[in-house]
Amino acid sequence: MIPMKISETSVAKIEEICREFDNDKGELINVLHKAQNAFGYLPEEVQKVVAQNLNTSLAQVYGVVSFYSFFTMVPKGRYPINICMGTACYVRGAERVLNEFKGLLKIKVGETTKDDKFSLSSLRCVGACGLAPVVLVGEKVYGRVTLDNVQEILDEYKETVPV
Amino acid sequence: MDTINIKIDNKNFQVPKGATILDAAKSVGINIPTLCYLNLHDLNTINKPAGCRICVVEVKGRKNLVPACATECVAGMEILNQTVRVLNSRKTVLELILSDHPTDCLICTKNGHCDLQSMAMNLGIREIHYKGEQSHYIKDTSPAIIRDMDKCIVCRRCVTMCNDVQTVGALSAINRGFMSVVAPAFEMNLEDSPCTYCGQCVAVCPTAALTEVDHTNKVIRELANPKKTVVVQTAPAVRAALGEEFGYEPGTLVTGKMAAALRDLGFDYVFDTDFAADLTIMEESAELLDRITRHLNGDETVKLPMLTSCCPGWVNFFEQHFPEMKDIPSTARSPQQMFGSIAKTYFADKLGIKREDMVVVSIMPCLAKKYESQREEFATNGNPDVDYSLTTRELARLIKQANIDFDSIEPQDFDHPMGESSGAGVIFGTTGGVIEAAVRTAYEVFTKEKLHKVEFQQLRGMDWIRETTIDFNGTPIRIGIAHGLGNARKLLEEIRDGKSHYHAIEIMACPGGCIGGGGQPFHHGDTNILLARQKALYAADKAKVIRKSHENPAIQKLYREFLGSPMSKKAHELLHTQYFDKSNQVEITKD
Ligand code: SF4
Ligand code: SF4
Ligand code: SF4
Ligand code: FES
Ligand code: FES
Repeated sequence: MIPMKISETSVAKIEEICREFDNDKGELINVLHKAQNAFGYLPEEVQKVVAQNLNTSLAQVYGVVSFYSFFTMVPKGRYPINICMGTACYVRGAERVLNEFKGLLKIKVGETTKDDKFSLSSLRCVGACGLAPVVLVGEKVYGRVTLDNVQEILDEYKETVPV
Repeated sequence: MDTINIKIDNKNFQVPKGATILDAAKSVGINIPTLCYLNLHDLNTINKPAGCRICVVEVKGRKNLVPACATECVAGMEILNQTVRVLNSRKTVLELILSDHPTDCLICTKNGHCDLQSMAMNLGIREIHYKGEQSHYIKDTSPAIIRDMDKCIVCRRCVTMCNDVQTVGALSAINRGFMSVVAPAFEMNLEDSPCTYCGQCVAVCPTAALTEVDHTNKVIRELANPKKTVVVQTAPAVRAALGEEFGYEPGTLVTGKMAAALRDLGFDYVFDTDFAADLTIMEESAELLDRITRHLNGDETVKLPMLTSCCPGWVNFFEQHFPEMKDIPSTARSPQQMFGSIAKTYFADKLGIKREDMVVVSIMPCLAKKYESQREEFATNGNPDVDYSLTTRELARLIKQANIDFDSIEPQDFDHPMGESSGAGVIFGTTGGVIEAAVRTAYEVFTKEKLHKVEFQQLRGMDWIRETTIDFNGTPIRIGIAHGLGNARKLLEEIRDGKSHYHAIEIMACPGGCIGGGGQPFHHGDTNILLARQKALYAADKAKVIRKSHENPAIQKLYREFLGSPMSKKAHELLHTQYFDKSNQVEITKD
């Protein structure tokens, strides 16, 4: 058994989210979305409490979490990097840009660097096709990103003061 | 019944309205191959993800092929089941599945029993045209079940059994695309999940992705060890199913052949779990009467209804999912464990040997019993009461490996004294049987009168939940029966909510009871096989001279010589147990 712990406030938060959806297991995806927004990610104990409240099994909750790439079980980095994989960006080389990020950060999509600084995810079209390929770091948008730009972008986030 | 007219391969047919193409075809004797689809008719269970697309057919006027298992017939539909396009499409689908599947059929546990293998044979696959990367997963070995997900074809039958029928929820389809597979949450090991080892996932898995832990080699080694006295017990449901492995019609009783084969295999004593089932009834019915009498005398602390406890899959279920109710089931151990405990005390004493020099092997229809035999509380100084619990399928493998000709072997009897049993013992193998056996004894003990009709039709059958009231000479005793853990859950929730009105409830984890256990020969979705096995057990009961557990002379002698009376101190020590909270709750901390 995996020992799991969770704080009272977190439980209350999850209960509130589940209640908003009438504790209906048919709303699992929406509940998980809200929970991810609230916690930033979906750790095991959050999934367990969701399962209890919606009267479904932990395996089924995990089944959904593992199926959709927008759910994550690891906390995002301080600078979450999102790469648009929409059609326009894709044809203009988004995949190569993504691979460059993967190579430099030594992580896969959905993962976070060991120092919790960067995390990597992909997105559907973000509506800036004119700028394709598009990369977002947090809220900041980078357009027409080339392979050479990737290191430059990362360098912008040099932290001088340790956090 | 409303019917509609359709055409299959240009022939006219009348088929039931609302039927799928698959069912319609079947009703007129036309076979359409299926792989992911599973329909357990008599159990109202259906797995229809329309995922594999092996069952595709052409429908005139439709551009795309449609899956027959998930497409409803409409009047005038013209279906083509034999065209080159259909046949090629099925082959392509199968080749794609096979391109991500190991091809070690020759040395696979399911060799000869695998639906994927027979599909490849039937469709005449000689080459796999699609070469690609194969997905690899870690093999997960639990005390009873092995998960080898390299062999999973994601048909989701196991998910349907575990979630919809058993409501255990240990398994779910996870990930997507190439990496999709079936697993417990977070891909934890089955042992760490809420799995009950009921084995129903194994019973329906078309491939060797889910199989039992095989102990046949260990047993062969024990049999070859001259220092060990090896004792075997065979569960009631085994005799009604083992024959299927050797080509006999479902429902053929092979009790005598089985006993003879076990002797040929080298077991020193061939005994019967039915003996221990009679013993279970002595203890369980005494406990029930004790609770009922105290209740009638106004004792408010008495827990009623009493739940049976002879099914370890069910025990695991309430320990995991309803730990707050763990004092409601009877404390009587299962027949397997009662047997082991008596064999290694009473019988070992008779032989004058130490328990360490005795090996107890059981042949069970069950995977949960593999786990049960390994529970710490069923061992003395680390020596387990039951050393190895094999399935019916494993016994068949042993017999085949030993080159025993099952067909020509002459039936023999069980050995004395632990091979003697009543008809009550043998019906333990079917849903309804345990409680019927208990009623036969409890009635006579309670009313001090002879029971004239020992058969209780109202307790029999295959309905998921059954109930009846039996008149104990003026005292109405209300009885409930559930099989399949999802149905057990319903009765448990009633008890929890204070709505239950029963005195006693029988629960078996597997659909049909042990006849449908996770260790039985594969039924490949044909529930008629379960019905045939059930009938066989009732026939075996009828053929017995002694039909009531308390009239079994070997049992009477055991109490006289060794145990004293039911629920005595010694009986408690050797034949009863306690239950534990095994739920995995999250710990809630203050902020
Ligand atoms: S053995 Fe039973 S409980 Fe365990 S995974 Fe299989 S179906 Fe679920
Ligand atoms: S484990 Fe077996 S039953 Fe379950 S999805 Fe895979 S192949 Fe199907
Ligand atoms: S019903 Fe029988 S075969 Fe199934 S888990 Fe229970 S004891 Fe085992
Ligand atoms: S496809 Fe990337 S912004 Fe539209
Ligand atoms: S059997 Fe119809 S889709 Fe699998």
